[in-house]
Amino acid sequence: MKILVCMKQVPQKDAPLKLNEAGTWIREDVSYEVNEPDAFALEEALRQKEKHTGEVVVVTAGPARALQVLREALAKGADRAIHLEGDAFVGLDAYNTARAIAAAIKDEKFDLIFTGLQSDDYGYAQTGVILAQLLGLPHATIIMQIEKKDGGIRVKRELEAGFFQFVDMPLPAVLTIQSGINKLRYATLIGIKQAKMKPLRKVTMAEVQSAMGGNLQKIEKLYLPQKSKNTEFLEGPPAEVAKKLVEKLKNEMRVI
Amino acid sequence: MDTILVVVEQRAGKLNRVSWETITAGQAIAAQTGWTLEAAVVGSGVAAIAGEMAAKKVAKVYAIESATLEPYTPDAFAYVLKEFLQKHPAKLVLMPHTYQVRDFVPKLATALETTAISDVIAARYEGGKLLFTRQMFQGKFVADVSFAGSGPCFVTFQNGSFRADKVEAGAAAAPVETVTVDIPDGAVRNHPEAVFKEAKQAVDLTQAEIIVSVGRGIKEQKNIDLAKQLADALGGELAASRPICDNGWLPMDRQIGSSGQTVAPKLYLALGISGAIQHIVGMKGSRSIVAINKDSEAPIFEIADYAVVGNLFDILPPLIEEVKKAKG
Repeated sequence: MKILVCMKQVPQKDAPLKLNEAGTWIREDVSYEVNEPDAFALEEALRQKEKHTGEVVVVTAGPARALQVLREALAKGADRAIHLEGDAFVGLDAYNTARAIAAAIKDEKFDLIFTGLQSDDYGYAQTGVILAQLLGLPHATIIMQIEKKDGGIRVKRELEAGFFQFVDMPLPAVLTIQSGINKLRYATLIGIKQAKMKPLRKVTMAEVQSAMGGNLQKIEKLYLPQKSKNTEFLEGPPAEVAKKLVEKLKNEMRVI
Repeated sequence: MDTILVVVEQRAGKLNRVSWETITAGQAIAAQTGWTLEAAVVGSGVAAIAGEMAAKKVAKVYAIESATLEPYTPDAFAYVLKEFLQKHPAKLVLMPHTYQVRDFVPKLATALETTAISDVIAARYEGGKLLFTRQMFQGKFVADVSFAGSGPCFVTFQNGSFRADKVEAGAAAAPVETVTVDIPDGAVRNHPEAVFKEAKQAVDLTQAEIIVSVGRGIKEQKNIDLAKQLADALGGELAASRPICDNGWLPMDRQIGSSGQTVAPKLYLALGISGAIQHIVGMKGSRSIVAINKDSEAPIFEIADYAVVGNLFDILPPLIEEVKKAKG
């Protein structure tokens, strides 16, 4: 099976984020990592390849720093990478990101395309589904299991409140992958060495721009959430904090 | 006159109650903009739900019917709503941000060459422009987002953002129009089986009055025991955020959040939980929320009544002792 995995670089989970001066985006001088569900999507692609043979290709859209995501994926076992490179790929809405990716892969034929179910920065949860529509492919979202069958696949979708559903669908198809579908592997030293030799195709904005348009969503303002509650911070050494908290549990919250 | 269309959600002929929140949102936006509010329900055999909608303050209700809409598939839902919206243009199309809506709305919006603003928590009309507020960076920031296209603009609302009990009733029943859409053979490519629950739900966290919940900050599986001791001392149940259950450190039926259980206990004590959106939606209705986290900027503190910034491994041992003492 030939599988494409769409991956995104996002700020690290516990990185302290600061607003830029215009209040439209964060300051970019933070640490980045791979978007967590995308890491599970890559792992799933590698496992499918190990079972059924084939090729795993990884793609990302972002500035030079985003190359790190592709390097790590190649080190873990992806066969080649596509980097839509440039600052112009930052701040695209999901429709434009999907259109850029669709344009970049128009000469390839994948059996499966994976994305993480959503990103930790924008949280659109849309790029994979949009990509499916642009490519004319069926899709299924929030996938927890993939099984190859004659003429297609059987996938397990996660629904709300502990419900699941199996869906049979034809190939090629687009799937958005849920965190926890598998256990992530680490890159090996040999893998890291080999990654440097693997093919990497760079795509510039000029090459895909004709497939794109203006963003249909505009962030007018980014700001800290207004607190809906008066949070009382309990401070002091641990023993003192414990005493204060128990006093609140007893007299204010009345649960003891 | 511009139209706002609310598409309510039904499953197997039953209305998903979160749809009432979307109607409230639609009524609020209609009041601000002066636009006409209409509602639609999509499925097979949805006349009863359409009737229920017609009792509310909406100008019109559409029952969009096709036998092929049951069971739900993204192909069928996107197909009929695209057909419908091409004949009945709307400026805004509002839906609840459910797993089902997430599954087909990006496809539908793309088929109409437009966009969906997803997981919105508030809306306002300011200087002739609609602004939709959505969380970003896992709730660390919020953004006001505007629509820059020519329409329709799809908007999905996060569970709990509007009050279902604030839906206004209509003065008289709104007219209901049944629209039947034929879905061509081959348009639906997915074949879903019946939905099911994985394991027997061993524990019903929705009934617990006190919940002690652990997140990534617990670091290792062996540390779960410390949280268990606190839960036991308080007479509460132990629960967790998704990564803990993904790791197999606690069973899936103890997971709180959009993919797990939604709870509203008297006390929700969050240990090392940062407060990702998917977790918050499962517990924000708790009467009191206490959060212990080493990161002072963790989003969980936005909704906490009492907050402790610090190392939970320092705080838990004396806290367990103090609780035991207080309980006598």
